[in-house]
Amino acid sequence: MLLVSFLLIPFLAALVLLFIKDNKTAQWIAIAFSVINLLCALQIFGNAIPDFDAAWLSNVNSRFVLHSDGLSKILILLTAISFPAIFIATIKNDYKKRNVFLSLMFFTQAGLIGVFLAADALLFYFFWELALIPVYFLCSIWGGEKRIAITFKFFIYTFLGSLLMLAGILFLNAHTLDHSFLITSFTKATLTPAQQTTAFLLFFIAFAIKMPLFPLHTWQPDTYEQSPTAVTMVLSAVMVKMGLYGVIRWLLPLFPMAVQGASGWVVAVSVIGILYASFIAIRQDDLKRLIAYSSIAHIGLMNAALFSQHQIGVQGVLVQLFSHGINVLGLWIVADIIEQQTGTRSMQAMGGLAKKQPTLAILLVGFALANIALPLTNSFVGEFLMFNSLFQFNVWAAAAAGVSIVLAAIYTLNMVQKVAYGEIGESIQKMTAPNKPAQAVLILLLLMVLITGVYAQPLFTLTADTLHKLFVK
Amino acid sequence: MALMKILIAFIIVWPLAGFLFNGLGRNYWSKKVIAYKATGYIMASFIASIFAFLYVQDHGAVSVHYFDFINTDTVKIPFDFKVDALSSLFLLVITGVGSLIHLYSTAYMKEELAPHYARYFSYLNLFIFSMLILVLGDNYVVMFIGWEGVGLCSYLLIGYWFTNGQYNYAAKKAFIMNRIGDLGFLLAIFWLIVRLGTVNYSEVFTAASLAKLSASDITGITLLLFVGAMGKSAQIPLFTWLPDAMAGPTPVSALIHAATMVTAGIYMITRSNLLFSHSAFTQNIIAIIGISTALLAATIAIKQNDIKKVLAYSTVSQLGYMFLGLGVGAYSGAVFHVITHAFFKALLFLGAGSVIHAMHHEQDIRKMGGLKSKLPITHITFLIGCIAIAGLPPFSGFFSKDEILAAAFAKSPIYWVLGLLGAAMTAFYMFRLYATTFLGKFRGTTDQENHLHESPAAMTMPLILLAIASAIAGAIGIPEIMGGQHWLSHQLVPIVGMPVELGLSPFVEWTLMSVSVSIALIALLMAISIYTKKTDQEPTTAMGKFFYNKWHIDELYNATIVQPLNNFAGFLKNVIEKQVIDGAVNGTGKLVQYSARKVRLIQNGQVGYYILFMVFGIILLFILWFNDLAIVRFFYQMTKFN
Repeated sequence: MLLVSFLLIPFLAALVLLFIKDNKTAQWIAIAFSVINLLCALQIFGNAIPDFDAAWLSNVNSRFVLHSDGLSKILILLTAISFPAIFIATIKNDYKKRNVFLSLMFFTQAGLIGVFLAADALLFYFFWELALIPVYFLCSIWGGEKRIAITFKFFIYTFLGSLLMLAGILFLNAHTLDHSFLITSFTKATLTPAQQTTAFLLFFIAFAIKMPLFPLHTWQPDTYEQSPTAVTMVLSAVMVKMGLYGVIRWLLPLFPMAVQGASGWVVAVSVIGILYASFIAIRQDDLKRLIAYSSIAHIGLMNAALFSQHQIGVQGVLVQLFSHGINVLGLWIVADIIEQQTGTRSMQAMGGLAKKQPTLAILLVGFALANIALPLTNSFVGEFLMFNSLFQFNVWAAAAAGVSIVLAAIYTLNMVQKVAYGEIGESIQKMTAPNKPAQAVLILLLLMVLITGVYAQPLFTLTADTLHKLFVK
Repeated sequence: MALMKILIAFIIVWPLAGFLFNGLGRNYWSKKVIAYKATGYIMASFIASIFAFLYVQDHGAVSVHYFDFINTDTVKIPFDFKVDALSSLFLLVITGVGSLIHLYSTAYMKEELAPHYARYFSYLNLFIFSMLILVLGDNYVVMFIGWEGVGLCSYLLIGYWFTNGQYNYAAKKAFIMNRIGDLGFLLAIFWLIVRLGTVNYSEVFTAASLAKLSASDITGITLLLFVGAMGKSAQIPLFTWLPDAMAGPTPVSALIHAATMVTAGIYMITRSNLLFSHSAFTQNIIAIIGISTALLAATIAIKQNDIKKVLAYSTVSQLGYMFLGLGVGAYSGAVFHVITHAFFKALLFLGAGSVIHAMHHEQDIRKMGGLKSKLPITHITFLIGCIAIAGLPPFSGFFSKDEILAAAFAKSPIYWVLGLLGAAMTAFYMFRLYATTFLGKFRGTTDQENHLHESPAAMTMPLILLAIASAIAGAIGIPEIMGGQHWLSHQLVPIVGMPVELGLSPFVEWTLMSVSVSIALIALLMAISIYTKKTDQEPTTAMGKFFYNKWHIDELYNATIVQPLNNFAGFLKNVIEKQVIDGAVNGTGKLVQYSARKVRLIQNGQVGYYILFMVFGIILLFILWFNDLAIVRFFYQMTKFN
């Protein structure tokens, strides 16, 4: 029942919120529901959670099966932490029709959790779309001035991916013995190498768009820039993880031969993407776009590590899925505070945050250090393992990707310098009193950065079963 | 054991406590409280270090396990500390010199507002904490944690006056150049893990592990480790950050950019000496880079007029000597020089700080002169530092430098001749600095002259203590031909093995020594006689300009690396991203729209057409299902190239 409750709470919240017209009340109800969901989610650290199985679309032989393993758990934890953090951090932001906004956010959360739990391919597809559609409305109603065109592109891009994935699901379904959509049946399906490759490609393009992987990434910086920040936070902290999740859940176990065959190409493209995005990040003046490209580079590294196919790398990714979410959330919250108070994202006019709002500047530096994977911040552990795996796969790929740790230092410290240091710039001058709720969230997130950076063992333990399923046969 | 576990934890917990105390409480404590806490905590750490050192003297090395940093099926990285002959020495230097510099800072930084004063000390404490992790770590990953930690503190302290854009730039440059080195270090770690499955010293430095490594493995790993050392210890080509790092407060330059952090590279290579000794190729590279750096930096130091810049290039040069020592296998000589250099270079920087303090933030030595009588303590201690670095007996620098030079001679007389040349330049530029600053007439403004004053006791006391140490520290390594025991090389036997017999006769050794001492003496007398009366003006000769402008290396890097990469990034952003990739995506979108408009015409309401297309569609699906598309086969073929 626990697994269903993860889904029911956000659904319930979404429905309740539709009837709350008052902004303040809506806000508090949203926070309350998201905190309850978080408390529920903390149960995952306990014993094994029984699967949930119910009839669903029985005419096509699809079942409503929810299953959780380490991979699901760590992402549910991330989702459950992100939503209250986002709601509290953006409490001072002004959204018209707040209740509808929040309701759509909860639909997204339900979709995300569903994606991470579904053990039936059709159900997975259903949640995959469920997570996407509310985001479309959120961006196109509450977004920036270029929102319509940008959101349209985002939607078409990811929807195209989804359709390919649907084709892949149907293709696999046709090749199962019992014509079911259960992942357990999918693993039993016998596919020729060519059929594996077909299915692999159909799935992989969908996942690659979602991550996004170079060169399918151009929807992302625009969307991050134009979306309301709360939505950007969901997108980059949690939703991009859907693509990586898909690779671990579906590609690696179902199409080992195709993965093996494609690994060289995928790693090469990922590494190029890492460097490409890092270089572009160096030249960004827009704070949000800088974080967007930085994120593309980090996700690229995770994908490269997955396709290098060593246990150590997948272990690194499993931890990094979580750590990256926390870090990027922190960066977005800082960026949002600054944008809300100054009305600009251009770093040209910033500077002197350390003088104007020292606490916020310290927090920014903290997340910046996590972004460059300084040891004893959370991302060091993950990146260390991922690079190790890449090194075992191909020394030159690791060395090339390794250049990104230097590039990351360049663009991240550039950002810190332009935003926090120097004399107070004209836009920072406009900043008013510190945003206390957002800073409180930032402090909690930074504590998580440090704690999991020093002692990541709980995360390793949580995800061990996924690794064993993949590697110990 | 349990006791040691607590004792070692004690050593590192104090600086961490100081960091948290002053960092979190920066708006609440008075400057007095801040200063007492910060300095006291490091002193407590120093006392604990003495106990640890004594324990190792009696009982030998000890490792303690705290927790598993990473523990997965495939790799285990324990968070272990080790106190042994090498790390216990470094502990004493770091916390000892560290305490003195903290004490000095309490007076030097007193003009700062309390919150910034607290910020300064919290960074300084964090630095000590990181540096201790670096030397205490019992495996390469823990060393790397400290390694990047000290880099961060260096960054924060160089950019301590954060409203100054140039200082920020220097801080960023230091961090990025160090990161390039760190990448080499990391790759070496990965290489070790792939081959050996472990990074623990006790497992890596064994005959069994060495047997698992091929010759090219060892060369590759040691070269990559050396790249790490190049960054941290400012060797060619990654040295240009160190002179810029002088943007930080002067005590920071003394502690981080002279006495401790920059010697981390020497520590790392000494720690890994077993690997390095197995790669003659790497050793030669290290020796060549070391001596080249020593000479390059010395030529620049001769022409600089900023008191801190001279010392900075001097540091780069002295580090070069240490690497020369490592390259010729004189590990204990290199460590010896690390220790003596920590004393006399910290002394010189703090002395420079005292001068700058007295001169109201003037750093140009051409505007000083005649400070001898006005700053008697600073003068005498600075002079002792100069003699020590110039290598005159019986001051400490003589013994350590001579040990390196003797080993260099045994390896190749060319190294020795070059080393001698460097030593002559060292004596020259140091006494040029000394004479221009302290001798002759005062050349500053009358206002400055009226306010000249000796620094307070909190600053002069560290100077005196460091001067004593600089004078006598040679005692730990008096060579046998002088009737000494060379305590240090015996101390380091567990780490680097028995000292290698150089095979030099006492006659040769005495000759080498007298030649180097005489040359240094001549150089320093020359410098004094020239610079007591006049100062350097803008250089006129081509060579003078070239050295004055630091060989134009910054400009070279800018033109060949920084600018091209920046332009390349701009090209990716403005052309590839906007026009090529996004152009293709939007183009596809437009194409779809266009064809959609055409396809719409097909929907003309005639059922016959619909059926026709349905049949086409079914056939297409049929092909896809049972035969796989040709394009799919094509992709499949492509993936087979692996």
